[in-house]
Amino acid sequence: MTPRDRAGGKTLNLDRREVVARLLADAGDLLVITGLGSSTWDCATVMDRDLNFYLRGAMGSASSIGLGLALAQPQRRVLVITGDAEIMMTAGALATIGAQGPKNLSIVVLDNECYGETGMQPSLTAFGADLGAMAAAAGFKLAETIWDEAALTRVLPAILGRDGPALHAVKVKAENYPHAMPPGDGTTLKDRFRQALLGPDAMA
Amino acid sequence: MTDWPKDIFDVLKEADIRQVSHVPDAGQARLIEMLDADNEIRAIPLATELEGIGIAAGAWLGGQRAALLMQSSGVGNCINAFSLLKNCRFPFLCVVSMRGEFGEANPWQMPMGQATGKLLETMGLVVTWVHRPEDVRPTMEAAVQIAFAAMNPVAVVLSQRLIGAKSYG
Ligand SMILES: Cc1ncc(C[n+]2csc(CCOP(=O)(O)OP(=O)(O)O)c2C)c(N)n1
Repeated sequence: MTPRDRAGGKTLNLDRREVVARLLADAGDLLVITGLGSSTWDCATVMDRDLNFYLRGAMGSASSIGLGLALAQPQRRVLVITGDAEIMMTAGALATIGAQGPKNLSIVVLDNECYGETGMQPSLTAFGADLGAMAAAAGFKLAETIWDEAALTRVLPAILGRDGPALHAVKVKAENYPHAMPPGDGTTLKDRFRQALLGPDAMA
Repeated sequence: MTDWPKDIFDVLKEADIRQVSHVPDAGQARLIEMLDADNEIRAIPLATELEGIGIAAGAWLGGQRAALLMQSSGVGNCINAFSLLKNCRFPFLCVVSMRGEFGEANPWQMPMGQATGKLLETMGLVVTWVHRPEDVRPTMEAAVQIAFAAMNPVAVVLSQRLIGAKSYG
């Protein structure tokens, strides 16, 4: 019996690369933070841009970086794209975000119900933990777990809107795709993001 | 007598720190009250201290300065997240109030308290200890320089000589 059977769950249908492509299609001035593991690979592969900041470590920090950024830039939309295990590591941070309530922060969890990066071991969402429900209970204004194309199409405007904080756990198939690397080390990525966002003030 | 919690608050204000996250410690209670009452600084209560590192990094990406307040035991919760600072050269300022050293009565505080300074150094933070009230302001000012001019992560560590050891019973 697999964890999935124990949780009595449905099948995973959505393709993570297609989900990311839809999220970034009209990215415009969206500020994007990606969590370590497949989410970073997906975003670097689908659409690298100066306003993407990619993590390849500091597991559990993606949502907090999104919070600090959203509070510092209330006029800009911030989108955190990360994995279910990455965000679960600091599940309490959901309550921190709920308490601060930044309207411009949206989190998309690409929930493949496994630790894709480390050999596809079942992760806690495979046993039934529901990140959409957890975020709702932590005070997110919009929070939902998304199982299919129709639901994704319905919530896409909300994901890219300004009525957050929002968390959408999008259930995706467990796939390990070939991927591009983020262009540069952490310092380079931080500096290019700040220059794109702040212009000359980035050097101040 | 020097009002050192006020000195810390004043330096944070003068340095234009806009987000201060914390898991409270009794030693910083008055400082946190002042932060809560201020409407330019956003005081952010955390579930775990390591969130404060991500928040500071995010704030900096967005052009704001942030700081983290925590008890020495919280340093233990932060270790892996400190990677973010070194790897990306984020400026970072934290104020750590000590337990588990001078005059400690709670044995549970000792292991982490005795390791706090070494762990901060091991993870690449510049560590400056404060033992006397009159040293708080100059040390905080120096730390702001190290964080935001020299762009290095820095911890100001408030010793139990300064704060006073907590009494039980
Ligand atoms: C603190 C810490 N523990 C463990 C790891 C090893 N690790 C790397 S990625 C990862 C999890 C990836 O799972 P998830 O966030 O669900 O992303 P996925 O790759 O499945 O999309 C783990 C456990 C790590 N990098 N850091």
